[in-house]
Order: sequence, then C-alpha cells, then structure tokens
Amino acid sequence: MRDHLTRGGLSRRSLIKGATALGAAGLILPAGVRRAAAEPKRGGILRIAQAAGNTTDGYDPATWDSQFVQVLHTARCGYLTEIAADGSLVGEVAESWEASADAATWTFKLREGITYHSGKSVSGDDVVASINHHRGPDSKSAAKPIVEPITDIKADGNTVTFTLSAGNADFPFIMSDYHLPILPSADGKIDATTKDGCGGYMIDSWEPGVGAKLTRNPNYWKPGRAWFDGIEMNVVLDSAARQNALLTGEVDVIDPVDLTTVALLERAPGIKILSVAGTQHYTFAMDTRADPYKDNNVRMALKYALDRQELVDKILQGYGTIGNDHPIGPNQRYFYADLEQHSYDPDKAKFYLKEAGLDSLSIQLSAADAAFTGAVDAAVLFSEKAAAAGITLEVVREPNDGYWDNVWLKKPFCAVYWGGRPTEDWMFSMTYATGVPWNDTFWSNARFDELLLAARSELDEDKRREMYHEMQSICANDGGTIIPMFASYVMGMSDKIGHEDRVAGNWTLDGFRALERWWFV
Amino acid sequence: MSDIWSMIARRLLLGLLTLFVISLIIFGATELLPGDLAQNILGQSATPETVAAFRRELGLDLPAHTRYVNWLLGALQGDFGTSLANKRPIADLIATRLSNTLFLAVYAAALSVPLSLMLGILAALWRNSIFDRAANALALTSISFPEFFVAYILIFVLAQSGLFPSMARMDPTTTFSEALYRTFLPALTLTLVVTAHMMRMTRAAIINLLASPYIEMARLKGMSPARVILKHALPNALAPIVTVVALNLAYLITGVVVVEVVFVYPGLGQLMVDSVAKRDFPVVQAVALIFAAAYVLLNLTADVLSTLSNPRLIHRK
Repeated sequence: MRDHLTRGGLSRRSLIKGATALGAAGLILPAGVRRAAAEPKRGGILRIAQAAGNTTDGYDPATWDSQFVQVLHTARCGYLTEIAADGSLVGEVAESWEASADAATWTFKLREGITYHSGKSVSGDDVVASINHHRGPDSKSAAKPIVEPITDIKADGNTVTFTLSAGNADFPFIMSDYHLPILPSADGKIDATTKDGCGGYMIDSWEPGVGAKLTRNPNYWKPGRAWFDGIEMNVVLDSAARQNALLTGEVDVIDPVDLTTVALLERAPGIKILSVAGTQHYTFAMDTRADPYKDNNVRMALKYALDRQELVDKILQGYGTIGNDHPIGPNQRYFYADLEQHSYDPDKAKFYLKEAGLDSLSIQLSAADAAFTGAVDAAVLFSEKAAAAGITLEVVREPNDGYWDNVWLKKPFCAVYWGGRPTEDWMFSMTYATGVPWNDTFWSNARFDELLLAARSELDEDKRREMYHEMQSICANDGGTIIPMFASYVMGMSDKIGHEDRVAGNWTLDGFRALERWWFV
Repeated sequence: MSDIWSMIARRLLLGLLTLFVISLIIFGATELLPGDLAQNILGQSATPETVAAFRRELGLDLPAHTRYVNWLLGALQGDFGTSLANKRPIADLIATRLSNTLFLAVYAAALSVPLSLMLGILAALWRNSIFDRAANALALTSISFPEFFVAYILIFVLAQSGLFPSMARMDPTTTFSEALYRTFLPALTLTLVVTAHMMRMTRAAIINLLASPYIEMARLKGMSPARVILKHALPNALAPIVTVVALNLAYLITGVVVVEVVFVYPGLGQLMVDSVAKRDFPVVQAVALIFAAAYVLLNLTADVLSTLSNPRLIHRK
C-alpha cells in the first residue's frame, strides 16, 4: 500500500517530502495535525508554469476551457459560492443562502461591501446579468447545460432569488462553477471583455498563450487570503521545459508534473511534490446491453479480475488511489468509505463466471492512450492478471485519432477517462442515469434512478448521505463501469511554498485557487 | 541598373499574386479540416444549440466564399480583422510575436552566417585537412540531431549549471542586452541547426571555382591562397551562397516552433499551431501570409544580390 493517499489529500510521499524539508524527518504526523508549513505571511511574487493555455484564450467566461484561464480568472473574479479545501461549500460573494422546502427556489444574500477592482460595488443586478450571460437561446456558453434548470432570476437589493424547474439540493454548488463569475453589469448585461472582477488579484498584463502578470487587489475583502504581492503565470507546454524551469529556480510551481520522470524530480533538492486525490478517474466501460456483459455475474467476475493496486503503482507511479467501481472520489462529501472494496481475487472471479454458467471467457478490450496516459499498458496488465481467473482478455490497440468518435460508446468494452464533477448528483446524472448521452455503459437500474431523483431534492443531510451510499453500492455491484483508479493531481513546487495541510481536490492547483490560498514561507 | 529595378518591380507584383494564391490555399485547407472554432472552443461541453449560437455570433454560419471575400476586402484595406476566439485585433496579437520571431531570427543569423561563412572558407582553404574534416563532421552531427534534442543538451549543459536561463521569457520591459542573454540558448540551438547547410554550400561553391583557369592564373602569379579565395573565388561564389543563406533565414523565421516550445519563447510558430488547432482562421491566414512574405522577400533579395554579383547578368544584351 505504498503511497496510499490520505483522505486529507496529501500523499504520504509528499508528506515525507514536506517533513524532510522542514528538517523534521522522522517526525511524521498524520495529515490534519501538522501544518504543511509555518504560518502564512504576506509578500513575494509567485511564479507558476502551467501546461495549459492557448493563444485563443479570452475574457469571455462562456468560452473558458483551458486550465490557464480557469486559474487566472478564479484569481481575478469572485463567485457566489466557493468549494472549500475539504469539499464543503462556503459563501464567497454570497454570504448565505436558503432554499424553499422543495429545494426549487433558492435565495442568496450577498455580502455587504464587496467592490470590483474598479471601485464599483457588487450588486444583485450584477449577479443576475452574470448568470443570464450563460442562459437563453443565444447563449454559446459551455455552462449552458448546468444553468438550464434555472427558470427565473430576480434581484431585490442585496438578495437574489433563483427559481428552478425542479428541486436541486446541490444548486449552490453549481454556482461555484468556474464559468460563472460575478462581473460588473450595465443595463442587465455584463461586458464579456472586461478585465474587472472582485477577486484577490488584478490583471496587469495578459498575453494569451504566453503568460500573465497580476498584482494583489489592495481592497480584497477575504480574510486570510491572497498572500502573494503579485503573480507571474507562464504557459509552458513542454513537460521537460516545465521541469527544467522548476529545477533551475525560474518558477516556483509547476502543474502538472510528468509522471514518467517524477522520481527524478523527487530527488532534486529544494523541491517537493504535491499530490492531491481528486475526482479524476480512469475507467473500463462495458456495454451492459451486449453479450456477455449483459450478465452482471460476468461484470462482477471482471471487477475481481484486475489488480487495482498494481495499476496505481505502475500506471500512476503511485500517484493515485484505487477505485471501487463507482465515480465518487474519497475527497467528496458523500463518499462511502465503508463499502466493501473490490480487489484482485481470481477465485471470486471464477466463482462469478461459474454463476454465469461459463468455465472461461474470451473477450476484447479496446484501449488507446487518448483514453488516458498509459491506457494501453493498463489494459495489458489487466489482461495478464485476468488470465489466472480463466479470462482471456485480448487488448485491441485503437488509434488515438478519433478515439472518442469511433471507439467510445461504440465498442462494447473500452478504456475511458472522466474528469469528475464536484457533486455526486452532477456526476451520477451526467453518466450513470438511464438514457443520458454520456452513459457509456448503457446501464439502467430502476432503483438507482429513483434514488438519484429523490436525493437531488432531499435537504436532510443524513437521508441524502444514506441515499448516495446506496447508489455507490448499486453502482459498484451492478454497474457496467470498472473504475480501477483515481488519478491524483500532481504538482511540483519549491519547498518555499506554503499551503494548508488540506489541499482541495475538486480541481488541480488547490481547486484552481492556489494563487489566493498559498504563500511563501 | 534599370534592369534591376524593373526586375524588382516585376517580382514584387508576382509576389503579391503568390500571396493571394496562398491565402486561397490556406483558406481552403482550413475549411477542409474537420470541425470549426465553435466546436473546438466549447470542446467536450459543446451542445448543438450552443455551437449553433456561437457560429451565428462569429458569422461562421455564412457560406465559405462569403467569409473569404469579406476577409479579403478587409485585408486589402489593411484590416486583418480580429481573432475569432478572443476578439483581439490581429495586428496587436501578431505585433509582439512577430518582433520576437524576427529578433530571434536575426540573432541566430548574426551568429550563424559569419560562423558558417568563415568555417566554409577555411574548410575550402584547408581542403581535406583535419580542420576540414572536423568542421564537416561537427556541423553534420548538429544538423542530424532533432532540434529539441540539441535544445535539451544545451539546457542540460548550460542551463542546469545556472549559466543561462532555460526559459527565454520576454516582456516589454526586457532590455536589449537582457534579451540577448535570455535568448542565447535558443539562438545557439538554431545556429547549430542551420550552420551545416550554409557552411557546406560555401565550401562547395568555392572549391568548385578553384579548378577554374583564372584561379590557376592567380596562383601562377604567386598570390597567397587566402587572397586567391577571398579576392577571386568568393565574389564569384556569392550567388549560390546567398541563395542558401536566404533559405536558411526564411527557415529561421518560419520553422522554429519546436525551439519556441522548448525554450518557452513567445514567437509566431506557437501562435500558428494554436490557431490551427482551434481553427481560428483569420489568425492562421495572417501568420501564413507573414511566413509567405518572408520567403518571397528573402528569395527576391537573394536573386537581386546574385544578379548584382554577376556582371554578365547586369549587362545583359
């Protein structure tokens, strides 16, 4: 169980690194007890290199898609809500919110005294205009599907009321989506080209596809945030160039680290690796309408026929956690920790095959590195281990080009990756509900669908947790998706960077908020 | 001399025609690529309605010929339009990138042209000596490695020891001497890549002439070998050398995207790659025309120089 990640989000490896850097090797306390670094302090210019960023990036929130713009604009803008490092939801521009009993009407009370960089105050009308930017027939927004259930938004002074077409207890989570920043408005419309925002940093200059320079917003309202005086963001597409920049001290943080050479970086002095368990996961999807995957016994046999830990060790170089055949990550609110873990057990696999009336099984698994880095190798490892259970798994190497058009949703058994979503409802509704377009296993389970609807509008936390636990169990023991591993977000940084013990796993770089959450020790 | 001027005028007009044809080809090629900007920007989260709304906003729903004519009319008036993706005027988008690309090209040329001419002349002078063989072997070795490999070796040797920065970051506040220092490694990489071609052409062109009767005569008069080569052989060898130099300069402007990526240098190459990937047609068109214009102008310069170096061509009957 080398490098099994703690639920707190720090791998043991990075914890050891951090401890060594503090000159306290041997004194390894569980995450959550020891701070990753000394108390935060103000100052310094953070230099960061990211692998994402295009010359086509722009200011319009409807089109944000690269991690560079996601991080840049999260630093510049404020959102109604924010996902905290522990995965819970806290207010940002909104101070508080409450729902009607059916969870279909949500009223947000805005925080007093927040201003944009230009000095203008944030108003309820701005919120309405900012969200309306993504709605309506003319919307080209990537966020249109998630704001679709909103039927009406009204501002009354400092409160904003959203009316939804059906109850959704997770609605405030949706308001933290990176596409939905609160921007200044005039006449009910936001200016989609504005540089203004109410976040912790102001954009001094930005050359899309090259880099950006930011300075601290002196009037930032949030206590205990925005420690750096300024930020220098760089787009460094080449993984060797990123690594060199960190090694030669030209940048302080790189994201991501190339896993094939991470061992070399770990040995370098003054550098630490931060690995955070997130929602990103790699899957093998079986078409539950097709033979032999129609029979759940066959699906169960396959779930017991692969060595998950081996995949985490060899494909992710230890930077990940084993999955349990449902898409909810260990950092998420309703993760079912006590669910029985599926593990490599050829005898059990044989038992399920016998239940299915089979002595042996001969099938094909389609994979390409387009599905995820190392997918073909993962499929080969799967095939080796499955042989012991009497399963002949032939790995079909598919071309990378056109993988998502020609293989995914077409071949009965193939490798897939999912970035994950911050809430259970969002993830399940997108890919596991009956009949949705991305349900790549064509799985349909009446009890699951019923629970999904009930849980969406259930406001009682305990009842909801129970429902989500049951759904995870149904998914794991009946679903058509094998989820062997969750891939961590792996970043490299100078040991002069400080951060809280718990680093957010909802997105990379501390939930895109590293710029305002981290500091120099 | 009037022949020269009319040749230049004729060639410039032909060059304009070439640019027009190239713009047509580029437009056709980007049309053939699957998908358009709306789909590529929205990516995985695209739905049919949002893609349609995006296309309407950008005018991508218009027929191809209408879009081309609209673009051409703007371009003829000097307005290259705005980037479809982020609405920035293309002139702004390209200005700094172009000056960065030209800076690196001139820097690399300033290192490589004198170096390769010198090596070529010396190699011709000391033909078949150890020096000749060593210079050839080294130049051929460096041209045979892929650019990124040369770049990584240089980073490993010169950047990790802290002598030079591995990232060639430039911004408006960078001074000239600082820029020379920061871009030394990319310029050196390019120098290593282009030197062999120019050096070997210089050597070959000179050696070719050394067999001519007038060189024999110069030798018989008792001139020193250096004088024979510099005074008598080199001026007559200029035409092929200038052509090769021009080709390599054009390459330095248009073909350095790998070096840009490895050294994180914001030049035109990366802009072109991003814009093609996202199908941002006006940007692709503008960058392609700059590249084409560089080839046209450098070839023209090479032809003019070789004409001037050859009296038989100037004083044609």
